[in-house]
Amino acid sequence: MSIVVQLLSIVVALVLLSIVVVSLRRQRLRERHAVWWLLAGVVALILAVFPPLLEWAADLTGIATPSNLLFFVGIATVTLVSLQQSSELTQLESKTRVLAEEVALLRRDLEDLRGAAPESE
Amino acid sequence: MTNDRSSLSSTLVVIPAFNEEASIAEIIGELREKVPGIDFVVVDDGSSDSTRVTAASVGAPVLALPFNLGVGGALRLGFRYALHHGYSNVVQLDADGQHDPSQIPLLLDRLTDADLVIGARFAGEGDYEARGPRRWAMKVLATVISRVAGEKLTDTTSGFKAAGPRVVALFAREFPAEYLGDTVEALVIAARAGHKIVQVPVNMRVRTHGVPSQTPWKAAVFLGRVSLALVFALTRDRNVEVTAA
Repeated sequence: MSIVVQLLSIVVALVLLSIVVVSLRRQRLRERHAVWWLLAGVVALILAVFPPLLEWAADLTGIATPSNLLFFVGIATVTLVSLQQSSELTQLESKTRVLAEEVALLRRDLEDLRGAAPESE
Repeated sequence: MTNDRSSLSSTLVVIPAFNEEASIAEIIGELREKVPGIDFVVVDDGSSDSTRVTAASVGAPVLALPFNLGVGGALRLGFRYALHHGYSNVVQLDADGQHDPSQIPLLLDRLTDADLVIGARFAGEGDYEARGPRRWAMKVLATVISRVAGEKLTDTTSGFKAAGPRVVALFAREFPAEYLGDTVEALVIAARAGHKIVQVPVNMRVRTHGVPSQTPWKAAVFLGRVSLALVFALTRDRNVEVTAA
């Protein structure tokens, strides 16, 4: 791996990590959602700094081309995170639905109370 | 509550309405005229037109959802409202004039020995003539749901239904908001909970406005979605579902 490619990888990993950390600090990202991205950033940084680690891991898992291992792990991670987010979205939707129902019921109760109240004011 | 399960006084008619300003006042007037003294509520499903104002102007109680939830969402709200206000039975009535209010007592009569009564369209009567993939879809649905329910049901996509106390309690908790959830999945939920589902033949009218689109492509898409809805409805694990508080 040329030094340019290695530097580029390090820079990309650092950018990813700093985006995650800054978002966390500004509360634009909650930790429970940030964990995966933090983990991905750290792994990317380690691999960028010590490229032989990737070759070693590829050797260990019997994958001939080290970059394929990287692609595999990367795609698997993104898929899982996306699945988790779909699931959270579903939960949020059903909570929103309950809230909408509550709003409608409360509004009805309020109108009934107003209608039943004596005209004193 | 009275002992008479099919009593009109313990029945709430729920009218889900989404952008039905053209027909809502008319259906309310017809309901009052044909079933005098019946309680009803209009569920405005986040309409962007004047449905809510129009319904309120004729003195109808309106439950107004802040945004559109779909028929299933509007209906669950209706069931919750009925439960909280002590009604034993709920009748679903479409706001577009497709259902004839004068047939509500017909549905309620069957609640004496059933938990859920479907107002089924007469075969060959009225404008309803489905063909091709759409027809197959409805056939498949009717066959599968009849088996699940243990009762011959021919019109499983009818929105004209009456629910007894046990089903009202169930639907106030679990009424799916998914596509076809208000028809297919709701029936599966009731059947799997061990409730008795029957159908009575009713006349349905031509919608006062709004025509169901019937291109072959749309029908094929409908068939696909029906199959998916059925598979999900039949395999869903009820115990882990998020339920309303």
